Amino acid sequence: MEVLIAIMVGTLTAGGLFLTLKGRTFPVVIGLTLLAYAVNLFLFSTGRLFINQATIIQEGITQYADPIPQALVLTAIVISFGMTAFAIVLSLKAYGEYKSDHVDGIGEEEK
Amino acid sequence: MNIATIVPLLIPLLAAIVTLFASKASLSQKRIVSMLFMVMLILSTVYALYALSIEDYFVYTLGNWEAPFGIVLVLDKLSVILLITTALLALGALWYSISAQYDVVGAHFHPLFWLQIFGINGAFLTGDIFNLFVFFEILLLASYSLLLHGQGKGRTKAGLHYVIINLVGSTLFLFGIGILYGVFGTLNIADLSLKIAQISPDDVSLVASAGLLLLVVFGLKAAFFPLYLWLPSAYSKTSAPVATLFAIMTKVGLYSIIRVHGTLFGTHANELAFYYTPWVFWIGILTLIMGTFGVMSAKDLRTQVAYVVLVSVATLLIALGINTVGSINGALYYMVHSTLLAGGFFLVADMIANSRGTIGAAITKGPSFRYIILLGSLFFAFGIAVAGLPPLSGFIGKLMILQGAMTYSMWGVAFTAILISSLLVVISLAKSGSQIFYDTNNERSDISHEITIQHFYPIFLLVSIAPLMVLFAHPITHFIELATNAFFDPTAYIEAVLGVNLAKDI
Repeated sequence: MEVLIAIMVGTLTAGGLFLTLKGRTFPVVIGLTLLAYAVNLFLFSTGRLFINQATIIQEGITQYADPIPQALVLTAIVISFGMTAFAIVLSLKAYGEYKSDHVDGIGEEEK
Repeated sequence: MNIATIVPLLIPLLAAIVTLFASKASLSQKRIVSMLFMVMLILSTVYALYALSIEDYFVYTLGNWEAPFGIVLVLDKLSVILLITTALLALGALWYSISAQYDVVGAHFHPLFWLQIFGINGAFLTGDIFNLFVFFEILLLASYSLLLHGQGKGRTKAGLHYVIINLVGSTLFLFGIGILYGVFGTLNIADLSLKIAQISPDDVSLVASAGLLLLVVFGLKAAFFPLYLWLPSAYSKTSAPVATLFAIMTKVGLYSIIRVHGTLFGTHANELAFYYTPWVFWIGILTLIMGTFGVMSAKDLRTQVAYVVLVSVATLLIALGINTVGSINGALYYMVHSTLLAGGFFLVADMIANSRGTIGAAITKGPSFRYIILLGSLFFAFGIAVAGLPPLSGFIGKLMILQGAMTYSMWGVAFTAILISSLLVVISLAKSGSQIFYDTNNERSDISHEITIQHFYPIFLLVSIAPLMVLFAHPITHFIELATNAFFDPTAYIEAVLGVNLAKDI
């Protein structure tokens, strides 16, 4: 399972990095989303991977899954969600202003 | 007394909420409320300073969960220096935005302004790396909106670049945090510091890479080479009060390097002890070279001031890289000085741009305008201060840094870089000043009558910091020395946060 998660994090990061380096705002936003997925998966795995383990202390249970990474991932998801929404709105605004979806705003104005 | 820790956070948050709900209130009411909160913020930081004269550390456990299980806020001498700087800078920025009517050009200026201060103060007070990330995001989200506030030309493009690079930076931050949590099982800075001292040899390279990953993130905020390209356009395109407030944002990155890297990888960290300082030093030198070239080549005064900010960041990075008692003392002194003076310089550049009409702050021959002598004198004073000439505070800051560099092995590089850069900055600013103020046309700018003496008060406030920091240099440096001692020996910090006695327990 560790290998599978590692490959997934690596693939998502590579894909996200590739897309963020593109020149158009749409792939960049998708790339940022992929990077956020990758980092969330990565954070989740930092508490070590367990299946069917309790997170809250109960009697008679000795092995627990770490609840902190889950809380961290939850926070990170909310923040990245808000930031992505902001990036989308800003890309739309840039498209409306420059009549171009290039990240440098190369459009009608500068032609 | 513990209340001194939380109040500088609660006031901006409360101010943001009140000004948001008062959006239907009249403009003057909103302004009065905002100014009242600003006075309270300044009083609270002064109270925090007073509280620190009684005890060295104040730890506020949120929800009464003890560290390292809960999250904590820590007030110490290092954070209070930056809290006071932020409050003074914010007073200048808010005052100017009110007197020059910058808060009416778009919606919700006041709530965004206060949320930005909330994020900045939070980053200075937190004792937990994940919380540092959260406060970074708060200040960034407010800064994205403030950067775009007022719809200026080219602002959307600068904003888009700024947002995207910071989103990538946030991702890197989380990767760094994840590695540290995976290895140590804690995110409390004090607890991490203890655990790094007993690190197993297998984990050393992993932790070293996490530390450098965090250095990249903080360096992105501080704008170091090669991650500074967003800064000149973002700072020069946004409105003047926002640019002034942003002068503290690069210092948030530098503060995080001092706080996180200094505490985690201090002398106790065995083979990782200060392993990051050569990186910081050489990156600082490169940033200084690029920043100086930027100052020399700028065609617009506002871009030039943005590059002056970059030069001051580079000087601070070099001082952190040298990492002697003297250079850290100098860095803290220079950090306060450069933040407040660079912030004021943005306001002067904006006044010049507003006075000259269509050509703005372009460094060319232009019309004469009202208050040209007063603005020229202020330009002269700010120029001397930021370039580091005597008798103003920039000189003392650079002198302290260079004195601290005497015992460093690469002292020649540091001396050459800082002194040549200062000379080139002086020459460039002199050239800009002579073109703007001496090489004027005969006709007078017709819009400059809109500028009144009221617009100058916040600039007077910020420029007065330079002579005051010289007059009170002794008490200020004495206080800074105490902060530096705590930086080199974080034992007391760790003991205060975790409530343990290290001498007895280990």
